[in-house]
Amino acid sequence: MSEEKWRRVDGRAWNELRPIKIESGVLPNADGSAYIEMGRNKIIVAVYGPREMHPKHLAKPDMAVLRCRYHMSPFSTHPRRSPGPSRRDTEIGMVMRYALEPAIFLERFPRASIDVYAEVLQADGGTRCASITAAAVALVDAGIPMRDLVAACAAGKIEGHIILDLNDHEDKYGEADVPVAYMPRLNKVTLLQMDGVLSPDELRRCIELAIEGCQHIYELQREALKRKYEEVVEEVKGDE
Amino acid sequence: MSAYFENRAIVVPGDILYEGRIRAGNNTYRMGGRVYATHVGLVEYGRGVVSVIALEAGYMPMVGDIVIGYVVDIDVGQWIVDINAPMNAILKVPDAMEAPFTPELVMTEFLDVGDTIVAKVVDLDRRRTPILSILGGELGRVDEGLIVEMTPSKVPRLIGKKGSMVSMILKETGCRLVIGENGRILIQCADREDEELIVNIIRKIEREAHTTGLTNRVHDYIMRMRGVRNE
Repeated sequence: MSEEKWRRVDGRAWNELRPIKIESGVLPNADGSAYIEMGRNKIIVAVYGPREMHPKHLAKPDMAVLRCRYHMSPFSTHPRRSPGPSRRDTEIGMVMRYALEPAIFLERFPRASIDVYAEVLQADGGTRCASITAAAVALVDAGIPMRDLVAACAAGKIEGHIILDLNDHEDKYGEADVPVAYMPRLNKVTLLQMDGVLSPDELRRCIELAIEGCQHIYELQREALKRKYEEVVEEVKGDE
Repeated sequence: MSAYFENRAIVVPGDILYEGRIRAGNNTYRMGGRVYATHVGLVEYGRGVVSVIALEAGYMPMVGDIVIGYVVDIDVGQWIVDINAPMNAILKVPDAMEAPFTPELVMTEFLDVGDTIVAKVVDLDRRRTPILSILGGELGRVDEGLIVEMTPSKVPRLIGKKGSMVSMILKETGCRLVIGENGRILIQCADREDEELIVNIIRKIEREAHTTGLTNRVHDYIMRMRGVRNE
């Protein structure tokens, strides 16, 4: 069958993203926040800071410390998962930190901390990428100076086809999964992982495809950030 | 040598604002001959400078700022004050009272943890820790009123050009307002309803900070709310 006709488990084409909805400023009590729906993934991200670092001995004298907590709610998966942080949660928290750190002017806030909390409410594969995408929006919403946004998305391989934005099924039964986080304006990759087996050429094609996906997600992030203000402008015009 | 946006367009971090020789103003950075935005906000192309008026930004203390803070801890000879900045501020005894510091002084009798103060940033020390003072008129402990918080970068909108917005609000409501540059605003009114009105005005200004003709709209809003109340 040709690449054009071939369809995935959920009916998508090989290079098609899931429907994405991003909203910024959803939590009134956080300094910044964002909510993302990426297919059946639902994630809420809160950002606090820059604020005084506690415990103080972990503070760095020349820059702020970025701390990321990734957590999956017990009801986010089937079957229910244990509510405590797992080894996987800890790793993804670290991976989010690595992906976001290059985008933030941490050196402007010595001895402070910036805390990012990502809570997965519903999971369907690719939550680390969706969390990074939402966290970037939440960081901007918190007023933290950033070099660029960070968009993230995965590519992979299933039944010999290179595909974009894997869902849970494709992640589990596919041959490989390559999550990529990317700063679109600076054209820099901030996260690259690979799980599975790919030839060097396939890996190259996966990265290129994931970056294309990131560029599309980047446009959605921009829209989400601007929408909050443009709505008010429209409303004010309507009043006059 | 070219601008990439219209004046006062909304930009997000990473947007290229200008290519060529120009000074990188507030909330921007330069890299490889280009100027990029660091915050969401409105671009402003001035004479020889590009800057971004941030719509979301935290508070960075500067000498001379009036701030509203909460005492969070007490050390020997100094109070630690939360001023909504990346680091806590310090208020030393000589900056708080005329009397010198003696071992007999019971600091909690003067200011205790949980107290609210209106203070001035008088210095930033070598570690850039803000040093506060509460000596002088209008400064000192706050005993009554209501405090609301807003985005610190939108405080200039509440003040208005040459204070046009605050003076209009004060004239219309007859309340006392202390505006902290750190985004905390102290409201003292004769009655509860006026306090509520001012909170709503502040929320409105915060929401519509990036639009034009705001002072007039706020004036209309006050008149409208007054009308509703008097009916």
